[in-house]
Parts: sequence; C-alpha cells; structure tokens
Amino acid sequence: MSLDTATVRRVAALARIRLPEEEVARVQAELNGILGWIEQLQAVDTEGVEPMAGGTPEGIAAMPMREDLVTDGGIAEKILANAPDREGAYFGVPKVVE
Amino acid sequence: MHPTEFTIAGAAAALAEGAISAEELTRAHVEAIEALDGRINAFITRTPEQALEAARASDARRRRGEAGPLEGIPLAIKDLFCTEGVQTTAGSRILGGFIPPYESTVTANLRRDGAVFLGKANLDEFAMGSSNLTSAYGGVLNPWSRRNDPEARLVPGGSSGGSAAAVAARMALGATGTDTGGSIRQPAAFCGIAGIKPTYGRCSRYGIVAFASSLDQAGPFARTVEDCAILLRSMAGHDPKDSTSADRPVPDFAAACGRSVKGLRIGVPKEYRLDGTPPEIERLWRQGLEWLREAGAEIVDISLPHTKYALPTYYIVAPAEASSNLARYDGVRFGLRVAEKGSDLRDLYERTRAAGFGAEVRRRIMIGTYVLSAGYYDAYYLKAQKVRALIARDFREAWAKVDAILTPATPSAAFAEGENTDDPIKMYLNDVFTVTANLAGLPGLAVPAGLDPQGLPLGLQVIGRPFDEETVFAVGAAIERAAGFKALPAIRAGVPG
Repeated sequence: MSLDTATVRRVAALARIRLPEEEVARVQAELNGILGWIEQLQAVDTEGVEPMAGGTPEGIAAMPMREDLVTDGGIAEKILANAPDREGAYFGVPKVVE
Repeated sequence: MHPTEFTIAGAAAALAEGAISAEELTRAHVEAIEALDGRINAFITRTPEQALEAARASDARRRRGEAGPLEGIPLAIKDLFCTEGVQTTAGSRILGGFIPPYESTVTANLRRDGAVFLGKANLDEFAMGSSNLTSAYGGVLNPWSRRNDPEARLVPGGSSGGSAAAVAARMALGATGTDTGGSIRQPAAFCGIAGIKPTYGRCSRYGIVAFASSLDQAGPFARTVEDCAILLRSMAGHDPKDSTSADRPVPDFAAACGRSVKGLRIGVPKEYRLDGTPPEIERLWRQGLEWLREAGAEIVDISLPHTKYALPTYYIVAPAEASSNLARYDGVRFGLRVAEKGSDLRDLYERTRAAGFGAEVRRRIMIGTYVLSAGYYDAYYLKAQKVRALIARDFREAWAKVDAILTPATPSAAFAEGENTDDPIKMYLNDVFTVTANLAGLPGLAVPAGLDPQGLPLGLQVIGRPFDEETVFAVGAAIERAAGFKALPAIRAGVPG
C-alpha cells in the first residue's frame, strides 16, 4: 500500500502535526519506505491466531481489578504548575467558542 | 583505587566498613562528571548539590544504623523517569521546562533503598532511537574509540545512551534505563557494560514517560552482572499504580549470579544467524556457547521461526502505541506551547507538535496514526498483534527444550555518528536481536564478552523464561567469569583527557 500526498496530509492532520507543503514529498517517501518494509507481515499465516494485545507474557495472570476508590485529588496547584498558560484554576487556551 | 572504579557491590562493602563515606563517593563522581561530561554529554540535567546533600543524609542514616541496600550508591537516572522537583525532558523540546510534581515508582524505590542521584541522563527523544542522536539535547559521545580511527565520534547506542556512557566512563556506578526494543541492551553492548531488561511487569512503569506501553520496561545498567542484579532488586516490585506490574515476590537476584549453570540447557536459535553479520560477532557467539559448555551447560539447537517478522511487527505496534501515548503533548497542560497571534486551538496543537517533536518522533507518530486509522487497523495493527502472538508462541515452545537462550546482543559494534542515518530502516536493524524479547515480554541481559578488531566492545544476550531473571543472571555471570572482560574505554574518570 502506497500513500498518496492527500493521505499524507490527512494523517498529519489526524496526528495534529503541522506539515508544511514543502515537506509533504519527503515525508511521503519516508512513510512509504517504512510501510513497504512492514508489508512483509502480510505473508504470515495468522489464521485462527488470537492477537496479543498487551505485553504480559502468556500464562501470566491477567490484570487485576482494584477497589473503585478515589485515590488522588485536591492538587490543582501542582497540576497547574507546569501549564504554559493558566487563568485562575484553569488551563488557558485560545478562545474556542465565538 | 579511585572511588569511581568501585563496583556497586564493592562500594557497598567499603561504605559498610567505613573505608569511604557516601559524601566522598558522590563527590568523586560529581568531579568526574565535571571533568568529562563537557565532552560526553551523558547528562541533560546535573544535580551535584542535591546529590551531595543526599549523600550526607545517607551517611547520617548509616550512622543511625538505618542503611538500605543501596545506601550511598551514586546513580544516573535516564531522563525518562519523572523525578519530583527535577526537570524531566524525555530528550524532547516538547517537555522543555517540565518539572514533575511526582516521582516515578522505580526512582522512589531506589531512593527508599538509599541511592543517590547524580542527574538525568541523555537519551533519544522519547526513547525512540538506537544512537542517542535524536535527542533534542545533542548526541552522546561513546567513551570507547576505534583503534585505527580514534578521532571518529562513536555513538553510545540508544535510546538509553547517556545512561550507558555515564556508567562506562565511570561518571556513575550504575544507571537506570528503559527498553522498548533494545534500548538498554544495545547501548550496554556498545559501551562495554551490562544491562538487563527484565520481564514485562517486573518493574512499575508509573512515572516513566510512556513510549509503547505494552513493550516498555525499566532496567538497570552497571559494570558487572552482579551490580545489575543488585539494582534490579531495588527497582522491581509490585505497584498498584501500574495495573501491568506483576504482583509476585522479588527474588535475591544477586544470589542467583553465583549459581552454577551445570546441567542448564542453552538454546541457539538458528534464525539469529543473519547474512552479513560480521565474522567477529559469529565468533563471539560460538565462544560464548563454548564457555557455557565448559561450565557444564548443554547446548541445544532451537528454532524461533517467526524471528524475521519481529522488527516489522515492532514497527507497527510501537508507533501505534506511541501515537496514542504522545497525543497528550498538546501545548496546553505542560511543556512547550507554540502559537501565532490569532491561532485557534487546533492551530496551537499543530504548531506546538510540529515544533516540539523531532523528525523521528513525528515520523513514528504518523506511522502509528496511519496503522490505527479507519480502514487500515485490521491490515496493519491487528495483523501485527497476531504475528506478535506467534513470536511469543515460538519462545513458549522453545522453553520446553531449553532453560535460556544465547544470542549476540547487537549486529555490530558501536557505529560512528553519521553512519546508518541515510535510511530509517537501517537504524531500526540495530534491534534485530533484542526486539523479540520485548514483543514476547521476556527478560534479556546484555553482557560484555569481547572486543572487535577495532578494540570496541561486543556483547552477548541471554534471554530467559518469563520472571526467571535468576537463570538469566546465572548464565550472564558465567559468561562474565569466562570472558574476563577487562578492557577499558579511552575516556573515563581518572585518565587525563
């Protein structure tokens, strides 16, 4: 599968990464190189194979459930301390509603 | 002996008998960093004042009879672990200025046991790379150099390149790393030291900047296998804050280093014999098997038939998870924000992420976004998860025949800056021997075992059953004893530069 320039622009938009027009061709070539290489997986017979979704080795107990309790909170100042822009106890962003 | 020459086990003994204080030991390392790190660039953030203060507190604890297992041991911390109050960058511009309000569980465990932190070690951006050259804070110089070309600037490997270089150059007694596809084992091999990626779930991932959550594991670097075992025991353990962390006891890994390998069955996977592998790597592998045979192990040929699909599988799974994990860097809550006058929110996201992420990270996010996108998910991501299951099954079947597997750690010795950079896939091939253990969730240890014709270190890798790091340490220590690896890097503390 080879990506055309429209798909490259769409993927960049989905990823929320600004892609200047003059970089589209280079990025397209790089992505197609990698996608061409991973294409070889299509040759593997995976009929009836259950996908491995996590990193836990097989035969090891599944993820545990915990009590549904509040374990955190009341640390707004700590959380806001790294904000590039804040207004009061909120993160500041450009106006989104006219 | 210069204090920077200690092993961790040796330093612990010297501290216990009062031959040296934690403050003296830390000061020696702070001075080594001052003397060498201008050239090596192993640290993004140095914390000499905090380190000396922590060392004095450590000496006070020892006087009160409260010494922990790592009391007074100075370490470097990969700058992917959040450290409360100390800038954590992940090697990226996008986290510039980020000061975590909390501590990762692994570093909290090390502090609990008395360790002293010298600073935050350089790394490939978001741990994506095999050379440390994708760091926004500059490359790291490998302290080793080629005999016939001593001026060539060699890379330390990656992504944990700063950690490995710091330990090799005697700027720290040990270091933390993380390993998603080989990011501990490959730099350990390139820098002539030991490093282990434990079983997935052995160490908590809480507070480690996430790259690919089903593959990431923390592990230690040190100059001996036993030192790695000592560090891992402190780093590991169940953590309710990471639902994938394993609720099982942490064994005394250091004790396992003294176990005999007599009667162990060591697997040799035929698929790891690759065309184009340099003859010195083949030779070292055969030598490693011979050492284990002489120590009483039985060598068994095995097959891991899906090995050749491991790298392409990884380059779907890891970018897919990365594209999701890195969605959080949006210029709103922490780190960099780039906006023009009149930018709307979307423009703010797009400009921030274009400016904040380097080329390799942008590339992987886009690959991941594509393979997860509507219409392609089944063909790429689901397919890769199925092939991953087959790779894990290959290992499971091998464990019926063998107790551990021996392979080379890397397909070459350290390369120079500028080599392997023309094509991303060429760089990816560095992880050909290590990535399978991440996909299958298995422990893998790199141990220095010899030199190439240029005098550069080469490593062997021991892979073990899930949660059987003890056998891995036993085999690794047997190789270490047989190899008697004594070579030293050209740049190291105590040597006039």
